[in-house]
Amino acid sequence: MSDQPAPALPRPTGLRWYWLLGAVAVLVAATIVGLVVGAVDLAPQRVLAALLDRLPLVAVDSGLTPVQESVLFELRLPRVLIAAVVGGALALAGASYQGVFRNPLADPYLLGAAAGAGLGATIVLVYAPGMTVGGAGVVPAAAFAGAICGVGLAYGLGATTGRSGGTATLLLAGIAVASFLTAVQTFVLQSRTEALQRVYSWILGQLGAASWSDLGLVLPYVLISTGTLLLHGRLLDVLAVGDDEAASLGIRAQRVRLTVLVAASLATASAVAVSGLIGFVGIVVPHIVRRLTAGSYRVVLPLSLLGGAAFLVLADVVARTAIAPAELPIGVVTAFVGAPFFAALLWISRRAIA
Amino acid sequence: MSRLILRALTVALDGREVVHGVSAEVSSGEWLAVIGPNGAGKSTMLRAAAGLLRHGGTVEIDGVPVSGLSPRARARRVAYAPQVPAMPPGMTVVDYVLLGRTPYLGYLAREGRRDREVAASVLDRLDLGAVTGRQLGALSGGEQQRVVLARALAQQADVLLLDEPTTALDIGHQQQVLELLDRLRLDDGLTVISSLHDLTVAGQYADALLLLVDGRAVATGRPADVLTEATVSTHYGAAVQVSTGEDGRPLVHLVRRS
Repeated sequence: MSDQPAPALPRPTGLRWYWLLGAVAVLVAATIVGLVVGAVDLAPQRVLAALLDRLPLVAVDSGLTPVQESVLFELRLPRVLIAAVVGGALALAGASYQGVFRNPLADPYLLGAAAGAGLGATIVLVYAPGMTVGGAGVVPAAAFAGAICGVGLAYGLGATTGRSGGTATLLLAGIAVASFLTAVQTFVLQSRTEALQRVYSWILGQLGAASWSDLGLVLPYVLISTGTLLLHGRLLDVLAVGDDEAASLGIRAQRVRLTVLVAASLATASAVAVSGLIGFVGIVVPHIVRRLTAGSYRVVLPLSLLGGAAFLVLADVVARTAIAPAELPIGVVTAFVGAPFFAALLWISRRAIA
Repeated sequence: MSRLILRALTVALDGREVVHGVSAEVSSGEWLAVIGPNGAGKSTMLRAAAGLLRHGGTVEIDGVPVSGLSPRARARRVAYAPQVPAMPPGMTVVDYVLLGRTPYLGYLAREGRRDREVAASVLDRLDLGAVTGRQLGALSGGEQQRVVLARALAQQADVLLLDEPTTALDIGHQQQVLELLDRLRLDDGLTVISSLHDLTVAGQYADALLLLVDGRAVATGRPADVLTEATVSTHYGAAVQVSTGEDGRPLVHLVRRS
């Protein structure tokens, strides 16, 4: 009988169950806070009962009045869900961009997505305010199309001028495209200053008009892009050693990069379409995740998705309660609350950034 | 058992030809060192041999042109380590070594038991058992060099292309890595091509030398035949004295001019 223990196999860094559980718990808690807190305070147990009641085969009396019910289901729930979807998509896209560019400062707006969306939305807000197609506003569609065009232009420019397919040219192309589109946007605005207020508030980001139809509009794109990105964690880890070495390991680096960029840009465009330009989420959440867990993209991607969702739901709670009954633009909150939080985290955990 | 043959390898960078028709043959278990002055094209030649650069001529392994293989199939035959490998500081040693298993994994697959076993055995052989969980940024230069070698070995390729595997190492760590490499290629019958800038080191460890000057192979053969005072003085413009060690291998000494 040999009772020699089998040598322990080394374990690759992967998503540990307790990290996942922690992130899910934070998101659930954030969601409950988001549903309960507001101009009309709803009791947490009643909110839970009302939600359970909506499940098939479950009948629970929530004790909410019809008005409270409609506040919950027509205003709060879609708003919380959109905040979660937008936050998750932006954080995941940011983490993916950081992986593709091997640069911790990359964010989802790097390749002209923000400038393109801004131009698209501005054109509609200036020339066709209030225009609707089939009952839905045109601004989200214009922002979505603008973001996709911005990234497409940057990629096209980068791919045709870059020599060896590296990322440096692509970055520069992104900067060039973003400046150009922003200049056009400024020109358009300059000619119609009365639209300034509307455009400005769109740029700062808002979830106030969030509705179920907005959610339905972007959900398919978000699901496709999110699913694609989550599957690419290991490949982003391979890209971390550079194109040459990735190629020597049998990876077509360009193809992986293009796939991830397309998916991340789709996620960004979807988020921007319903929320305007919300900064900070895409760059800070992945870093918080890295600090608290590990540097591998297999960990960073899924946890950024969950963490970004929770972060934006909470930021939105602050946005609508801080100066109630008025609302703060959510982009202001993410930076105002997020920056000190991030600074504190940097201070507390002085480990090297991966 | 693999025999690597370079036939008239030609590489152009930015439209300028920098490697001109270099040919070489290396058999299984053999070590060919590419030497030459700075800028001679050593790294470029290795990258082309690894299939990372567009090139003229052919690279064959056991008679099969490498250019006809898919990237994954090629990566199972040829492992390559650049002169300055990118080592993400936050990545753990295990994760880095497991990157070597990439050619055996499907596009979206993850490492299985077999891959972890290979990584474990490689880490054990290279005496890295104690640092497996550590981050790359926390390793010493010598450890980093061994970790890079471990990744290349985890690839289980029979051809190793190593660009200056001992740069930035002190003489003790240099020797450690070179001895290790020597043992591995003999034990496993690996075919090794490495560039080495230190002529004595190249003469001590390699079976054959290829002297590359301005992209041309100006001398090929056993170390004692290539490393002569006349050759070194002609191509490096250096004043040296070459003596013969006990084992018959050449030792190159720099001689002060004034």
